[in-house]
Amino acid sequence: MAAIIGQAALSVALMLALYAVSASLVAAYWHKPEWATSAQRALLAIFPLLTLAVGILVWALVTYHYELTYVHEVSERAMPLYLRATALWGGQAGSLLFWSWLMAAFAAAVTLRDWRRDREMLPWVVMVTAGTLAFFLFLNVALESPFKRFWLLPNGDIEAYVLPPAGAQLFVPKDGRGLNPLLRHPGMVAHPPFLYLGFVGFVIPYAFAMAALIVGRLDARWIRLTRRWALVSWLFLYLGLILGSRWAYDVLGWGGYWGWDPVEISAFMPWLTGTAFLHSVMIQERRNMLKHWNMLLIILTYDLVIFGTFLTRSGVLSSVHSFAQSAIGPAFFIFITLTFLGSMALLGWRWNDLRGQEQIQSAWSREALFLYTNLVFLSMVAVNFWGVVYPIVSELVTNQKATVGPPYYERVMGPLSALMLFLMGLATVAPWGKVDTKRLWRMAAKPAAVGLLLPAWAWWQGYRKPGALLGFALIGFVIAVVLYDIARGAWARRRAHKEPWWLAVVRLMTRNRRRYGGYIVHLSIAIMGIGIIGIEYFQLETQRTLAAGESITLGDYTMVYDSVAIFNTNDGRQVARATVRVLDERGRQVATLYPRQDYYIRDQQPMTIPGVLSTWGEEFYVLLVSWKPITAEGATFKVYYNPLVKFLWAAPWVAIAGTLLAAWPEGRKRRAPARARSRAQAPAPASA
Amino acid sequence: MQNRKYLIGGGLILAAVIYLVISSTKANAQYFLTVDELLARKDEMVGRQVRLSGAVIGDTIQYNPDDLELRFMIAHVPGDLDEVESEGGLAAVLAAAVRDPNRNRIEVVYYGPKPDLLRNEAQAILTGTLGEDGVFYADELLLKCPTRYEAAEPQAADGR
Repeated sequence: MAAIIGQAALSVALMLALYAVSASLVAAYWHKPEWATSAQRALLAIFPLLTLAVGILVWALVTYHYELTYVHEVSERAMPLYLRATALWGGQAGSLLFWSWLMAAFAAAVTLRDWRRDREMLPWVVMVTAGTLAFFLFLNVALESPFKRFWLLPNGDIEAYVLPPAGAQLFVPKDGRGLNPLLRHPGMVAHPPFLYLGFVGFVIPYAFAMAALIVGRLDARWIRLTRRWALVSWLFLYLGLILGSRWAYDVLGWGGYWGWDPVEISAFMPWLTGTAFLHSVMIQERRNMLKHWNMLLIILTYDLVIFGTFLTRSGVLSSVHSFAQSAIGPAFFIFITLTFLGSMALLGWRWNDLRGQEQIQSAWSREALFLYTNLVFLSMVAVNFWGVVYPIVSELVTNQKATVGPPYYERVMGPLSALMLFLMGLATVAPWGKVDTKRLWRMAAKPAAVGLLLPAWAWWQGYRKPGALLGFALIGFVIAVVLYDIARGAWARRRAHKEPWWLAVVRLMTRNRRRYGGYIVHLSIAIMGIGIIGIEYFQLETQRTLAAGESITLGDYTMVYDSVAIFNTNDGRQVARATVRVLDERGRQVATLYPRQDYYIRDQQPMTIPGVLSTWGEEFYVLLVSWKPITAEGATFKVYYNPLVKFLWAAPWVAIAGTLLAAWPEGRKRRAPARARSRAQAPAPASA
Repeated sequence: MQNRKYLIGGGLILAAVIYLVISSTKANAQYFLTVDELLARKDEMVGRQVRLSGAVIGDTIQYNPDDLELRFMIAHVPGDLDEVESEGGLAAVLAAAVRDPNRNRIEVVYYGPKPDLLRNEAQAILTGTLGEDGVFYADELLLKCPTRYEAAEPQAADGR
């Protein structure tokens, strides 16, 4: 019964979404505001319906309803409660439902905002969000329903249907097949929701952008309205990416964090265009320029989001992520093509209206540098896109499938990232408008010199590869520029207001949140860069078979193998756990690690969990590869020494702080109407 | 005048990126081959980095943990997705490939930890080179077990 209600809720939600699309078209075309209100309400009503559907599915997962094929496929009795509940996004149909549900929540939030000043955009915003939602609901209802059940047919076959076929009986398996053991990890529990929140969030700025194009309101209004949506979506996407790499690092047992897998890239590309978008819109707010770029970037972000969901879910490419062939591939392809061509046609139609009066006055002005960063970001996207589609292209052209691997991406993305870091530092010091180039170099020279402390420190620590030192110099430049800017501002405040230095720093940052929030996010990227250079350039690895008491030395550490214990757990695993002591250079014991292999007996699936000693300097990462089961005397280990990688894991925390600062709502006093009006006329703040 | 400067600058950047992409693609492109294709073009492919896909034959897996030498055979699986679909999906195709003694097979050698997903009827995607001796020396193993993820008949699940 519950499954029928769930399916009904999905179907009604789909109809409401389609209704909202048509009603908003009526509202916009015949200027009927009451139809817009009706469309708005229909969109709002989808959220409770999908909440009901999600609730039913989670309830079925938690309470062992294995007659549902989806529940049977992704959960089992032995799984703990939190994994049974989060198996909601453990498979295809559930992920799509979850996606739609988040989208509906965002759409509801948008419809509830105060529309008085933007009446003319409302129907179009509703149409785009409802249209996107309708597409995903269609997939759920028609192609991948999470509410299919097993039916025992009169001829003895068991098949999956939503509605009972004639004469069929419900078939209830005793237990489910269980979630893939590799996915039973906290990082994997959190990774999809974060990624999806990021994906879904970018639909909102896109909807406003399309509305602005259609109604011809081509000022920066749509950008101001959606700035926080974009910022927060960007953060979620960033966190989702890092959580995914953390999972890969902890679970896949390969000592790495990023493999240039097509599905990783497909989540990375909208993050790149989204980052470019966040920066580029500032130029439109401030100087009324780069309007074409902003439209192009948000269109690309939207379609890359859909493309990302498609790649994750369709299995079109060989990847560790693509689990099954599915019927939803062609549907996605059609949807992406239609939305992309439609949006580009709108952009082309408004092309001349988007042309600004302003001109770039100097090749090194801030607006020019932002334009270059746009170019670099788009180059990165093109490079990644080419890598992902290369197998398809080469098969079409030469009838021979060929692929490019990580070396391709590393070789191209390395120089582009270096260029990006350079622009990141320079754009922070560059002034607007007309620029005296000599003065710019003088302004950049001080922080650049201070930034050299980082490569100097790296050299002293023994990190001496030229590429890495260049990277450290650029990262040092970016960090120094930000710290220098904060120090200068705080110094001025301190002198003017007689404040203690910490109060001056706090007030400086909270009085100009967009600017300093953005700078703190820059610091996060720089910190991440330190970790990436550390592991990419200086990772060491070795492997050996040890008898008890023997040791392996790698980097600054020596590990001594003590013993292996083999035991069964009550959730169906056979665990082989090694005990390994880690000694530092002076022979003092600094840690005891327990690398292990969990063998999921029923799935016949082993899972290798590393033992990791983590310090800011390096992570010492030990994998138990194999062991002699009877004597438990010898065991084989693979050991990685990953310098500085902890910086990579720390970086997102800094980004969270920065984004919160940049997106935090203004205080109540500042929102007083008189001030708001005067602020709206004043030029926008300098920086996000 | 102004515009021309930007066009030249933009053009230079674009040219640099395109150069990087093309040269890196050329340097790093690897043919993606099935077992039949690799054997058919054996002479041309010996010693060249390629990616090879096939079905793992479980009975042939040998692993020596002392020197981390892993040996197994893979059987030919068609590379064309439509062909796979028409033969009943990837899981069925992999199972058939393993069972059929007349399929082309290749021996694979890999040095390193035995991957968690290596088992009978897994789809192996290997990066490496074909040696003169007809053995494929893999540097990288990517394994997928489609049976785990496709909605299977519940009897199969209960039977375990």
